[in-house]
Amino acid sequence: MERYYQPEIETMPRDQLRALQDERLVKQVKHVWDNVPYYRAKMEAKGITPDDIKGVADLHKLPFVTKADLRDAYPYGLMGKPLSECVRIQSTSGTTGKRVVAFYTQHDIDLWEDCCARAITAVGGTKEDVCQVSYGYGLFTGGPGLNGGSHKVGCLTIPTSSGNTERQIGFIKDLSSTILCCTPSYAAYLGESMKEMGMGPDDIPLKAGIFGAEAWSEEMRQDIQKTLGIKAYDIYGLTELSGPGVSFECSAQNGMHINEDHFIAEIIDPETGEVLPEGSKGELVFTSITKEAFPLLRYRTRDICQLNYEPCPCGRTHVKMCKPMGRSDDMLIIRGVNVFPSQIETVLLNHGYAANYQIIVDRVKNTDTLEVRVEMTSEMFTDNLGEIDKRQKDLVAGLRSMLGLAAKVTLVAPKSIVRSEGKAVRIIDKRKI
Amino acid sequence: MSVKQISVFLENKPGELNALTQVLASHHIDMRAMSLSETNEFGIARIIVDRPLDTATVLKDAGYVCTVTSVLAVAIPNVPGGLNQVLNVLSEANINLEYGYAFLGGKKDSAYMVFRVANNSTATAALREKGIRVAEPGELEGM
Repeated sequence: MERYYQPEIETMPRDQLRALQDERLVKQVKHVWDNVPYYRAKMEAKGITPDDIKGVADLHKLPFVTKADLRDAYPYGLMGKPLSECVRIQSTSGTTGKRVVAFYTQHDIDLWEDCCARAITAVGGTKEDVCQVSYGYGLFTGGPGLNGGSHKVGCLTIPTSSGNTERQIGFIKDLSSTILCCTPSYAAYLGESMKEMGMGPDDIPLKAGIFGAEAWSEEMRQDIQKTLGIKAYDIYGLTELSGPGVSFECSAQNGMHINEDHFIAEIIDPETGEVLPEGSKGELVFTSITKEAFPLLRYRTRDICQLNYEPCPCGRTHVKMCKPMGRSDDMLIIRGVNVFPSQIETVLLNHGYAANYQIIVDRVKNTDTLEVRVEMTSEMFTDNLGEIDKRQKDLVAGLRSMLGLAAKVTLVAPKSIVRSEGKAVRIIDKRKI
Repeated sequence: MSVKQISVFLENKPGELNALTQVLASHHIDMRAMSLSETNEFGIARIIVDRPLDTATVLKDAGYVCTVTSVLAVAIPNVPGGLNQVLNVLSEANINLEYGYAFLGGKKDSAYMVFRVANNSTATAALREKGIRVAEPGELEGM
Protein backbone atom coordinates (compact mmCIF):
# COMPACT_ATOMS: atom_id res chain seq x y z
CA MET A 1 0.00 0.00 0.00
CA GLU A 2 1.43 3.32 -1.08
CA ARG A 3 1.81 5.79 1.76
CA TYR A 4 1.78 9.56 1.46
CA TYR A 5 2.93 12.18 3.92
CA GLN A 6 0.32 14.71 2.78
CA PRO A 7 -2.14 12.56 0.77
CA GLU A 8 -4.64 15.33 0.05
CA ILE A 9 -1.92 17.38 -1.67
CA GLU A 10 0.17 14.60 -3.18
CA THR A 11 -2.79 12.94 -4.89
CA MET A 12 -4.78 16.11 -5.61
CA PRO A 13 -6.54 16.00 -8.99
CA ARG A 14 -4.51 18.00 -11.54
CA ASP A 15 -7.17 20.64 -12.17
CA GLN A 16 -7.36 21.40 -8.47
CA LEU A 17 -3.59 21.47 -8.28
CA ARG A 18 -3.53 23.92 -11.18
CA ALA A 19 -6.03 26.16 -9.41
CA LEU A 20 -3.88 26.07 -6.29
CA GLN A 21 -0.81 27.02 -8.36
CA ASP A 22 -2.71 29.88 -10.05
CA GLU A 23 -3.73 31.31 -6.71
CA ARG A 24 -0.29 30.94 -5.13
CA LEU A 25 1.54 32.33 -8.16
CA VAL A 26 -0.56 35.49 -8.23
CA LYS A 27 0.10 36.02 -4.55
CA GLN A 28 3.82 35.29 -4.91
CA VAL A 29 4.30 37.70 -7.83
CA LYS A 30 2.69 40.42 -5.73
CA HIS A 31 4.95 39.53 -2.78
CA VAL A 32 8.07 39.74 -4.97
CA TRP A 33 6.95 43.00 -6.63
CA ASP A 34 6.39 44.59 -3.24
CA ASN A 35 9.52 43.30 -1.52
CA VAL A 36 12.28 42.54 -4.05
CA PRO A 37 13.29 45.76 -5.86
CA TYR A 38 15.88 43.85 -7.91
CA TYR A 39 13.22 41.63 -9.53
CA ARG A 40 10.67 44.43 -9.72
CA ALA A 41 13.16 46.36 -11.88
CA LYS A 42 13.45 43.34 -14.18
CA MET A 43 9.65 43.18 -14.48
CA GLU A 44 9.44 46.90 -15.16
CA ALA A 45 12.10 46.58 -17.84
CA LYS A 46 9.78 44.09 -19.59
CA GLY A 47 6.77 46.32 -19.02
CA ILE A 48 5.07 43.80 -16.72
CA THR A 49 3.17 44.44 -13.49
CA PRO A 50 1.56 41.93 -11.11
CA ASP A 51 -1.78 42.66 -12.83
CA ASP A 52 -0.49 40.90 -15.95
CA ILE A 53 -0.11 37.62 -14.07
CA LYS A 54 -3.49 35.99 -13.56
CA GLY A 55 -2.24 32.44 -13.29
CA VAL A 56 0.20 29.80 -14.52
CA ALA A 57 -0.80 30.52 -18.13
CA ASP A 58 0.85 33.95 -17.78
CA LEU A 59 4.05 32.62 -16.20
CA HIS A 60 5.98 32.88 -19.50
CA LYS A 61 5.62 36.67 -19.38
CA LEU A 62 7.86 36.96 -16.33
CA PRO A 63 11.60 37.55 -16.64
CA PHE A 64 14.05 34.77 -15.76
CA VAL A 65 16.34 34.72 -12.76
CA THR A 66 19.76 33.31 -13.62
CA LYS A 67 22.93 32.42 -11.75
CA ALA A 68 24.29 35.80 -12.89
CA ASP A 69 21.40 37.52 -11.09
CA LEU A 70 22.23 35.63 -7.91
CA ARG A 71 25.79 36.87 -8.27
CA ASP A 72 24.78 40.48 -8.92
CA ALA A 73 22.29 40.55 -6.08
CA TYR A 74 24.59 38.79 -3.58
CA PRO A 75 24.02 38.61 -0.68
CA TYR A 76 20.72 40.36 0.17
CA GLY A 77 19.35 41.60 -3.18
CA LEU A 78 16.79 38.85 -3.79
CA MET A 79 15.35 38.67 -0.30
CA GLY A 80 11.60 38.91 0.13
CA LYS A 81 11.62 39.32 3.93
CA PRO A 82 13.67 41.45 6.31
CA LEU A 83 16.59 39.69 8.00
CA SER A 84 14.76 39.91 11.32
CA GLU A 85 12.13 37.48 9.93
CA CYS A 86 14.77 35.00 8.76
CA VAL A 87 15.98 32.15 10.95
CA ARG A 88 18.53 30.32 8.77
CA ILE A 89 20.83 30.48 5.81
CA GLN A 90 22.17 27.62 3.72
CA SER A 91 24.83 27.94 1.09
CA THR A 92 26.37 26.20 -1.90
CA SER A 93 30.01 25.31 -2.26
CA GLY A 94 30.47 27.97 -4.93
CA THR A 95 32.13 25.63 -7.43
CA THR A 96 30.67 27.47 -10.41
CA GLY A 97 31.53 30.97 -9.32
CA LYS A 98 30.31 32.92 -6.34
CA ARG A 99 28.57 30.94 -3.66
CA VAL A 100 24.81 31.13 -3.34
CA VAL A 101 23.45 32.16 0.05
CA ALA A 102 19.76 31.35 0.50
CA PHE A 103 17.63 32.68 3.37
CA TYR A 104 14.75 30.94 5.15
CA THR A 105 11.96 32.06 7.42
CA GLN A 106 10.56 29.48 9.86
CA HIS A 107 7.69 29.02 7.40
CA ASP A 108 10.18 28.27 4.58
CA ILE A 109 12.01 25.70 6.71
CA ASP A 110 8.72 24.08 7.58
CA LEU A 111 7.65 23.68 3.96
CA TRP A 112 11.10 22.43 2.93
CA GLU A 113 10.99 19.80 5.66
CA ASP A 114 7.50 18.78 4.51
CA CYS A 115 8.95 18.14 1.05
CA CYS A 116 11.69 15.95 2.54
CA ALA A 117 9.12 14.15 4.69
CA ARG A 118 7.15 13.33 1.52
CA ALA A 119 10.34 11.82 0.03
CA ILE A 120 11.00 9.67 3.10
CA THR A 121 7.37 8.51 3.24
CA ALA A 122 7.49 7.69 -0.48
CA VAL A 123 10.31 5.20 0.08
CA GLY A 124 8.24 3.51 2.80
CA GLY A 125 9.43 5.48 5.83
CA THR A 126 7.20 5.59 8.94
CA LYS A 127 7.68 6.39 12.61
CA GLU A 128 8.87 2.80 13.08
CA ASP A 129 11.94 3.50 10.93
CA VAL A 130 15.47 4.47 11.84
CA CYS A 131 16.72 7.06 9.37
CA GLN A 132 20.47 7.62 9.14
CA VAL A 133 21.33 10.95 7.56
CA SER A 134 24.86 10.72 6.17
CA TYR A 135 24.68 13.86 4.08
CA GLY A 136 26.91 16.66 5.33
CA TYR A 137 25.38 18.89 7.98
CA GLY A 138 26.17 22.58 7.95
CA LEU A 139 25.88 25.05 5.10
CA PHE A 140 25.10 22.20 2.67
CA THR A 141 21.35 21.61 2.48
CA GLY A 142 21.53 17.79 2.35
CA GLY A 143 21.93 17.06 6.07
CA PRO A 144 19.58 19.69 7.52
CA GLY A 145 16.84 19.02 4.92
CA LEU A 146 16.60 15.26 5.34
CA ASN A 147 17.10 15.61 9.09
CA GLY A 148 14.02 17.86 9.29
CA GLY A 149 12.01 15.57 7.03
CA SER A 150 12.93 12.54 9.10
CA HIS A 151 11.75 14.29 12.29
CA LYS A 152 8.44 15.17 10.64
CA VAL A 153 7.85 11.57 9.63
CA GLY A 154 8.73 10.56 13.18
CA CYS A 155 11.66 8.31 12.31
CA LEU A 156 14.38 7.86 14.87
CA THR A 157 16.93 10.13 13.23
CA ILE A 158 20.66 9.40 13.34
CA PRO A 159 22.52 12.56 12.32
CA THR A 160 25.86 10.94 11.48
CA SER A 161 26.67 13.55 8.80
CA SER A 162 29.23 12.49 6.19
CA GLY A 163 32.54 10.70 6.67
CA ASN A 164 33.94 8.24 9.20
CA THR A 165 32.87 5.20 7.25
CA GLU A 166 33.47 2.58 9.94
CA ARG A 167 31.31 4.51 12.38
CA GLN A 168 28.58 4.83 9.73
CA ILE A 169 28.55 1.09 9.22
CA GLY A 170 28.68 0.55 12.98
CA PHE A 171 25.54 2.67 13.48
CA ILE A 172 23.69 0.98 10.62
CA LYS A 173 24.37 -2.37 12.26
CA ASP A 174 24.11 -1.55 15.98
CA LEU A 175 21.11 0.82 15.81
CA SER A 176 19.38 -1.03 12.97
CA SER A 177 19.10 1.83 10.50
CA THR A 178 16.47 1.06 7.89
CA ILE A 179 16.76 4.18 5.71
CA LEU A 180 20.01 5.75 4.55
CA CYS A 181 20.27 9.29 3.15
CA CYS A 182 23.53 10.34 1.46
CA THR A 183 25.13 10.99 -1.92
CA PRO A 184 25.04 8.02 -4.30
CA SER A 185 28.84 7.91 -4.47
CA TYR A 186 29.01 7.67 -0.69
CA ALA A 187 26.41 4.91 -0.68
CA ALA A 188 28.54 3.00 -3.20
CA TYR A 189 31.60 3.60 -1.05
CA LEU A 190 29.82 2.34 2.08
CA GLY A 191 28.92 -0.81 0.14
CA GLU A 192 32.56 -1.32 -0.88
CA SER A 193 33.78 -0.75 2.67
CA MET A 194 31.25 -3.24 4.04
CA LYS A 195 32.56 -5.82 1.60
CA GLU A 196 36.11 -5.17 2.80
CA MET A 197 34.91 -5.63 6.37
CA GLY A 198 33.49 -8.99 5.35
CA MET A 199 29.85 -7.87 5.56
CA GLY A 200 27.11 -8.44 3.01
CA PRO A 201 23.61 -7.02 2.48
CA ASP A 202 22.12 -9.65 4.80
CA ASP A 203 24.18 -8.36 7.72
CA ILE A 204 22.42 -4.98 7.80
CA PRO A 205 18.75 -4.05 8.24
CA LEU A 206 18.75 -1.20 5.66
CA LYS A 207 15.79 -1.36 3.28
CA ALA A 208 15.85 1.94 1.40
CA GLY A 209 18.19 4.75 0.48
CA ILE A 210 17.53 8.33 -0.61
CA PHE A 211 20.45 9.47 -2.72
CA GLY A 212 20.95 12.83 -4.38
CA ALA A 213 23.06 15.96 -4.75
CA GLU A 214 25.04 14.54 -7.67
CA ALA A 215 24.52 12.86 -11.01
CA TRP A 216 24.30 9.06 -10.96
CA SER A 217 23.45 6.47 -13.53
CA GLU A 218 20.97 3.61 -13.64
CA GLU A 219 23.95 1.18 -13.49
CA MET A 220 25.05 2.81 -10.28
CA ARG A 221 21.54 2.36 -8.86
CA GLN A 222 21.65 -1.36 -9.66
CA ASP A 223 25.11 -1.66 -8.07
CA ILE A 224 24.07 0.10 -4.87
CA GLN A 225 20.84 -1.88 -4.62
CA LYS A 226 22.82 -5.10 -4.88
CA THR A 227 25.70 -4.30 -2.51
CA LEU A 228 23.51 -2.78 0.20
CA GLY A 229 20.46 -4.98 -0.38
CA ILE A 230 18.09 -2.00 -0.57
CA LYS A 231 15.90 -0.02 -2.94
CA ALA A 232 17.75 3.12 -4.01
CA TYR A 233 15.72 6.26 -4.69
CA ASP A 234 16.71 9.55 -6.26
CA ILE A 235 16.01 12.98 -4.81
CA TYR A 236 16.54 16.38 -6.43
CA GLY A 237 16.86 19.91 -5.20
CA LEU A 238 18.82 23.13 -5.30
CA THR A 239 19.87 25.44 -2.51
CA GLU A 240 18.39 28.30 -4.55
CA LEU A 241 14.93 26.71 -4.20
CA SER A 242 15.30 25.27 -0.64
CA GLY A 243 17.42 22.13 -0.93
CA PRO A 244 16.68 18.42 -1.44
CA GLY A 245 13.01 17.61 -1.89
CA VAL A 246 12.12 19.86 -4.80
CA SER A 247 11.36 16.48 -6.35
CA PHE A 248 11.70 12.87 -5.22
CA GLU A 249 11.23 9.32 -6.45
CA CYS A 250 8.33 7.08 -5.48
CA SER A 251 8.00 3.29 -5.46
CA ALA A 252 7.84 3.31 -9.29
CA GLN A 253 11.53 4.40 -9.40
CA ASN A 254 11.19 6.00 -12.81
CA GLY A 255 11.29 9.74 -12.29
CA MET A 256 10.98 12.26 -9.50
CA HIS A 257 7.64 13.84 -8.55
CA ILE A 258 8.03 17.61 -8.39
CA ASN A 259 6.32 19.14 -5.37
CA GLU A 260 4.09 21.26 -7.59
CA ASP A 261 2.17 22.86 -4.74
CA HIS A 262 5.47 24.66 -3.97
CA PHE A 263 7.29 24.77 -7.30
CA ILE A 264 6.04 25.30 -10.85
CA ALA A 265 8.26 23.61 -13.43
CA GLU A 266 8.75 24.71 -17.03
CA ILE A 267 10.96 23.35 -19.80
CA ILE A 268 12.49 26.00 -22.03
CA ASP A 269 14.77 26.16 -25.02
CA PRO A 270 18.08 27.19 -23.45
CA GLU A 271 18.99 29.22 -26.56
CA THR A 272 15.82 31.23 -27.06
CA GLY A 273 14.16 31.07 -23.64
CA GLU A 274 10.90 29.89 -25.32
CA VAL A 275 8.70 27.55 -23.30
CA LEU A 276 8.68 24.14 -25.00
CA PRO A 277 5.64 21.88 -25.43
CA GLU A 278 4.85 19.14 -22.92
CA GLY A 279 7.27 16.22 -23.06
CA SER A 280 10.12 18.18 -24.71
CA LYS A 281 13.69 17.97 -23.61
CA GLY A 282 15.13 21.32 -22.51
CA GLU A 283 16.27 23.45 -19.62
CA LEU A 284 14.38 23.11 -16.37
CA VAL A 285 13.03 26.35 -14.89
CA PHE A 286 11.43 26.61 -11.46
CA THR A 287 9.18 29.19 -9.86
CA SER A 288 8.78 28.92 -6.12
CA ILE A 289 5.25 29.89 -5.14
CA THR A 290 5.35 29.47 -1.37
CA LYS A 291 8.78 30.64 -0.26
CA GLU A 292 8.90 33.90 1.65
CA ALA A 293 12.52 34.80 2.29
CA PHE A 294 14.12 33.80 -1.01
CA PRO A 295 11.24 33.76 -3.51
CA LEU A 296 12.80 33.04 -6.91
CA LEU A 297 10.56 33.36 -9.95
CA ARG A 298 11.48 31.49 -13.15
CA TYR A 299 14.88 30.40 -11.92
CA ARG A 300 16.97 28.83 -14.69
CA THR A 301 18.53 25.70 -13.23
CA ARG A 302 20.73 24.99 -16.31
CA ASP A 303 19.74 21.34 -15.87
CA ILE A 304 18.62 19.66 -19.07
CA CYS A 305 15.57 17.60 -18.31
CA GLN A 306 12.26 16.18 -19.48
CA LEU A 307 8.90 16.17 -17.68
CA ASN A 308 6.52 13.23 -17.67
CA TYR A 309 2.83 14.02 -17.12
CA GLU A 310 1.60 10.44 -17.46
CA PRO A 311 -0.32 9.14 -14.43
CA CYS A 312 1.99 7.34 -12.01
CA PRO A 313 1.07 3.93 -10.56
CA CYS A 314 1.94 5.28 -7.08
CA GLY A 315 -1.15 7.50 -7.18
CA ARG A 316 0.69 10.81 -6.91
CA THR A 317 -0.59 13.34 -9.40
CA HIS A 318 2.40 15.65 -9.39
CA VAL A 319 4.48 15.72 -12.59
CA LYS A 320 7.65 13.66 -12.73
CA MET A 321 11.05 14.86 -13.96
CA CYS A 322 13.78 12.56 -15.27
CA LYS A 323 17.28 12.61 -13.87
CA PRO A 324 18.92 15.78 -15.18
CA MET A 325 20.80 14.79 -18.31
CA GLY A 326 23.42 17.45 -17.79
CA ARG A 327 23.93 21.19 -17.95
CA SER A 328 22.60 23.35 -20.74
CA ASP A 329 25.79 25.38 -20.94
CA ASP A 330 28.24 22.71 -21.96
CA MET A 331 26.71 19.68 -23.64
CA LEU A 332 28.84 17.79 -26.17
CA ILE A 333 27.62 15.29 -28.72
CA ILE A 334 30.17 12.51 -29.18
CA ARG A 335 29.40 9.62 -31.52
CA GLY A 336 25.79 10.68 -31.24
CA VAL A 337 25.77 10.42 -27.46
CA ASN A 338 25.07 13.47 -25.32
CA VAL A 339 27.97 13.99 -22.95
CA PHE A 340 28.02 16.53 -20.17
CA PRO A 341 31.25 17.52 -18.41
CA SER A 342 29.32 17.30 -15.14
CA GLN A 343 28.95 13.54 -15.69
CA ILE A 344 32.69 13.18 -16.22
CA GLU A 345 33.29 15.27 -13.14
CA THR A 346 31.06 13.00 -11.09
CA VAL A 347 32.98 9.92 -12.19
CA LEU A 348 36.32 11.56 -11.39
CA LEU A 349 35.15 12.51 -7.92
CA ASN A 350 33.67 9.05 -7.35
CA HIS A 351 37.07 7.55 -8.18
CA GLY A 352 39.02 9.82 -5.87
CA TYR A 353 40.48 12.17 -8.48
CA ALA A 354 40.20 15.93 -8.28
CA ALA A 355 37.80 17.69 -10.61
CA ASN A 356 40.73 19.22 -12.52
CA TYR A 357 40.32 17.76 -15.95
CA GLN A 358 40.21 18.55 -19.61
CA ILE A 359 38.11 16.92 -22.28
CA ILE A 360 39.61 16.61 -25.74
CA VAL A 361 37.27 15.61 -28.53
CA ASP A 362 38.68 14.81 -31.94
CA ARG A 363 37.65 12.98 -35.07
CA VAL A 364 39.94 10.23 -36.34
CA LYS A 365 38.93 8.33 -39.49
CA ASN A 366 35.37 9.63 -39.23
CA THR A 367 34.98 8.46 -35.65
CA ASP A 368 34.80 10.81 -32.69
CA THR A 369 37.37 10.21 -29.98
CA LEU A 370 37.12 11.31 -26.39
CA GLU A 371 40.15 11.84 -24.21
CA VAL A 372 39.93 12.89 -20.58
CA ARG A 373 43.09 14.41 -19.18
CA VAL A 374 43.22 14.19 -15.42
CA GLU A 375 45.74 15.77 -13.12
CA MET A 376 47.61 13.38 -10.85
CA THR A 377 47.13 14.22 -7.19
CA SER A 378 49.02 13.25 -4.03
CA GLU A 379 46.04 11.14 -2.97
CA MET A 380 46.01 9.08 -6.16
CA PHE A 381 49.76 8.75 -6.63
CA THR A 382 51.54 5.71 -5.37
CA ASP A 383 55.03 4.35 -5.89
CA ASN A 384 53.49 1.28 -7.52
CA LEU A 385 53.00 1.49 -11.30
CA GLY A 386 50.68 -1.51 -11.30
CA GLU A 387 48.38 0.17 -8.80
CA ILE A 388 48.31 3.42 -10.79
CA ASP A 389 47.48 1.40 -13.87
CA LYS A 390 44.67 -0.39 -12.04
CA ARG A 391 43.18 2.91 -10.83
CA GLN A 392 43.36 4.28 -14.35
CA LYS A 393 41.52 1.23 -15.70
CA ASP A 394 38.85 1.57 -13.00
CA LEU A 395 38.36 5.15 -14.07
CA VAL A 396 37.99 4.14 -17.74
CA ALA A 397 35.38 1.55 -16.71
CA GLY A 398 33.58 4.16 -14.58
CA LEU A 399 33.44 6.60 -17.50
CA ARG A 400 32.16 3.92 -19.83
CA SER A 401 29.39 3.01 -17.44
CA MET A 402 28.34 6.65 -16.90
CA LEU A 403 28.62 7.89 -20.50
CA GLY A 404 28.04 4.73 -22.50
CA LEU A 405 31.20 5.61 -24.43
CA ALA A 406 34.81 4.50 -24.38
CA ALA A 407 37.14 7.28 -23.27
CA LYS A 408 40.89 7.40 -23.11
CA VAL A 409 42.23 8.59 -19.77
CA THR A 410 45.57 10.38 -19.66
CA LEU A 411 47.20 11.19 -16.36
CA VAL A 412 49.05 14.49 -16.47
CA ALA A 413 51.24 16.43 -14.08
CA PRO A 414 49.60 18.47 -11.32
CA LYS A 415 48.62 22.03 -12.27
CA SER A 416 49.37 21.33 -15.94
CA ILE A 417 45.77 22.00 -16.96
CA VAL A 418 45.28 25.68 -17.59
CA ARG A 419 43.07 27.51 -15.16
CA SER A 420 41.65 30.74 -16.41
CA GLU A 421 39.79 33.24 -14.24
CA GLY A 422 36.36 31.84 -13.49
CA LYS A 423 35.60 29.05 -15.91
CA ALA A 424 38.43 26.62 -16.60
CA VAL A 425 39.16 25.65 -20.18
CA ARG A 426 37.66 22.21 -19.85
CA ILE A 427 36.69 21.34 -23.36
CA ILE A 428 38.85 21.28 -26.46
CA ASP A 429 36.86 20.25 -29.50
CA LYS A 430 39.26 19.64 -32.39
CA ARG A 431 36.63 18.18 -34.71
CA LYS A 432 36.25 19.94 -38.03
CA ILE A 433 32.66 19.37 -38.93
CA MET B 1 66.09 -1.60 8.25
CA SER B 2 65.20 0.65 5.40
CA VAL B 3 66.17 3.83 3.61
CA LYS B 4 63.90 6.57 2.32
CA GLN B 5 63.30 6.74 -1.40
CA ILE B 6 61.37 9.50 -3.12
CA SER B 7 59.12 8.56 -6.03
CA VAL B 8 58.12 11.40 -8.34
CA PHE B 9 55.35 11.41 -10.95
CA LEU B 10 56.61 12.65 -14.33
CA GLU B 11 54.84 13.01 -17.63
CA ASN B 12 56.50 11.08 -20.43
CA LYS B 13 57.62 13.99 -22.60
CA PRO B 14 60.86 15.79 -23.49
CA GLY B 15 62.44 17.91 -20.79
CA GLU B 16 60.53 16.48 -17.82
CA LEU B 17 63.49 14.76 -16.16
CA ASN B 18 65.65 17.77 -16.87
CA ALA B 19 63.15 20.01 -15.09
CA LEU B 20 63.23 17.69 -12.09
CA THR B 21 67.03 17.58 -11.83
CA GLN B 22 67.07 21.37 -12.26
CA VAL B 23 64.97 21.74 -9.11
CA LEU B 24 67.24 19.34 -7.22
CA ALA B 25 70.37 21.14 -8.44
CA SER B 26 69.12 24.56 -7.47
CA HIS B 27 68.54 23.30 -3.92
CA HIS B 28 71.96 21.59 -3.79
CA ILE B 29 70.39 18.20 -3.30
CA ASP B 30 72.81 15.37 -3.89
CA MET B 31 71.46 12.22 -5.50
CA ARG B 32 72.81 8.82 -4.45
CA ALA B 33 70.79 6.69 -6.80
CA MET B 34 68.08 6.96 -9.42
CA SER B 35 65.83 4.63 -11.33
CA LEU B 36 63.24 5.42 -14.01
CA SER B 37 60.13 3.37 -14.81
CA GLU B 38 57.73 4.37 -17.49
CA THR B 39 54.48 3.64 -19.25
CA ASN B 40 53.51 5.26 -22.56
CA GLU B 41 52.27 8.44 -20.96
CA PHE B 42 53.94 8.86 -17.62
CA GLY B 43 56.76 7.57 -15.52
CA ILE B 44 58.03 7.41 -12.00
CA ALA B 45 61.50 8.67 -11.10
CA ARG B 46 62.71 6.97 -7.93
CA ILE B 47 65.60 8.71 -6.22
CA ILE B 48 67.68 8.34 -3.10
CA VAL B 49 69.16 11.62 -1.92
CA ASP B 50 71.19 13.09 0.92
CA ARG B 51 68.23 14.93 2.50
CA PRO B 52 65.05 12.96 1.75
CA LEU B 53 62.53 14.91 3.81
CA ASP B 54 63.80 18.32 2.64
CA THR B 55 63.70 17.04 -0.90
CA ALA B 56 60.10 15.91 -0.61
CA THR B 57 59.17 19.39 0.63
CA VAL B 58 61.15 21.11 -2.12
CA LEU B 59 59.49 18.97 -4.79
CA LYS B 60 55.99 19.48 -3.41
CA ASP B 61 56.59 23.23 -3.34
CA ALA B 62 57.74 23.05 -6.94
CA GLY B 63 54.38 21.46 -7.84
CA TYR B 64 55.44 17.81 -8.13
CA VAL B 65 53.41 14.89 -6.88
CA CYS B 66 55.74 12.62 -4.97
CA THR B 67 55.74 10.10 -2.20
CA VAL B 68 58.35 8.87 0.28
CA THR B 69 58.69 5.09 0.35
CA SER B 70 60.81 2.95 2.64
CA VAL B 71 62.94 0.57 0.60
CA LEU B 72 65.59 -1.96 1.42
CA ALA B 73 69.19 -1.15 0.46
CA VAL B 74 71.34 -4.26 0.54
CA ALA B 75 75.15 -4.15 0.38
CA ILE B 76 76.28 -6.49 -2.35
CA PRO B 77 79.61 -8.25 -1.95
CA ASN B 78 81.70 -7.10 -4.91
CA VAL B 79 82.61 -10.61 -6.09
CA PRO B 80 81.18 -12.79 -8.85
CA GLY B 81 77.96 -14.31 -7.56
CA GLY B 82 77.55 -11.53 -4.97
CA LEU B 83 74.03 -10.58 -6.05
CA ASN B 84 73.13 -14.22 -6.45
CA GLN B 85 73.90 -14.87 -2.76
CA VAL B 86 71.53 -12.10 -1.77
CA LEU B 87 68.75 -13.27 -4.06
CA ASN B 88 69.11 -16.83 -2.84
CA VAL B 89 68.27 -15.66 0.65
CA LEU B 90 65.28 -13.63 -0.44
CA SER B 91 64.01 -16.38 -2.66
CA GLU B 92 64.28 -18.99 0.10
CA ALA B 93 62.41 -16.67 2.44
CA ASN B 94 59.72 -16.44 -0.26
CA ILE B 95 60.00 -12.65 -0.47
CA ASN B 96 58.61 -11.04 -3.61
CA LEU B 97 60.48 -8.13 -5.22
CA GLU B 98 58.23 -5.40 -6.62
CA TYR B 99 61.15 -3.64 -8.25
CA GLY B 100 64.87 -3.08 -7.72
CA TYR B 101 67.86 -1.19 -9.03
CA ALA B 102 71.58 -1.18 -8.47
CA PHE B 103 74.02 1.59 -7.64
CA LEU B 104 77.61 1.98 -6.55
CA GLY B 105 78.46 3.66 -3.29
CA GLY B 106 81.12 6.33 -2.93
CA LYS B 107 83.71 3.94 -1.48
CA LYS B 108 85.63 1.28 -3.28
CA ASP B 109 83.96 -2.12 -3.18
CA SER B 110 80.63 -0.76 -2.08
CA ALA B 111 77.72 -1.72 -4.31
CA TYR B 112 74.07 -1.72 -3.33
CA MET B 113 70.82 -3.10 -4.59
CA VAL B 114 67.67 -1.24 -3.68
CA PHE B 115 64.62 -3.50 -3.33
CA ARG B 116 60.96 -2.74 -2.80
CA VAL B 117 59.42 -5.56 -0.79
CA ALA B 118 56.16 -5.91 1.10
CA ASN B 119 57.80 -6.12 4.51
CA ASN B 120 61.19 -4.53 5.12
CA SER B 121 61.73 -6.01 8.58
CA THR B 122 61.12 -9.62 7.50
CA ALA B 123 63.49 -9.22 4.58
CA THR B 124 66.13 -7.50 6.73
CA ALA B 125 65.98 -10.25 9.33
CA ALA B 126 66.31 -12.97 6.69
CA LEU B 127 69.33 -11.26 5.10
CA ARG B 128 71.10 -10.46 8.36
CA GLU B 129 70.71 -14.02 9.54
CA LYS B 130 72.88 -15.02 6.58
CA GLY B 131 75.41 -12.30 7.34
CA ILE B 132 74.36 -9.97 4.53
CA ARG B 133 74.57 -6.29 5.35
CA VAL B 134 71.52 -4.08 4.98
CA ALA B 135 72.01 -0.29 4.98
CA GLU B 136 71.03 1.49 8.19
CA PRO B 137 68.70 4.49 7.93
CA GLY B 138 70.87 7.49 7.18
CA GLU B 139 73.77 5.43 5.89
CA LEU B 140 73.20 6.32 2.26
CA GLU B 141 72.29 9.92 2.98
CA GLY B 142 75.62 10.55 4.70
CA MET B 143 77.68 8.80 2.06
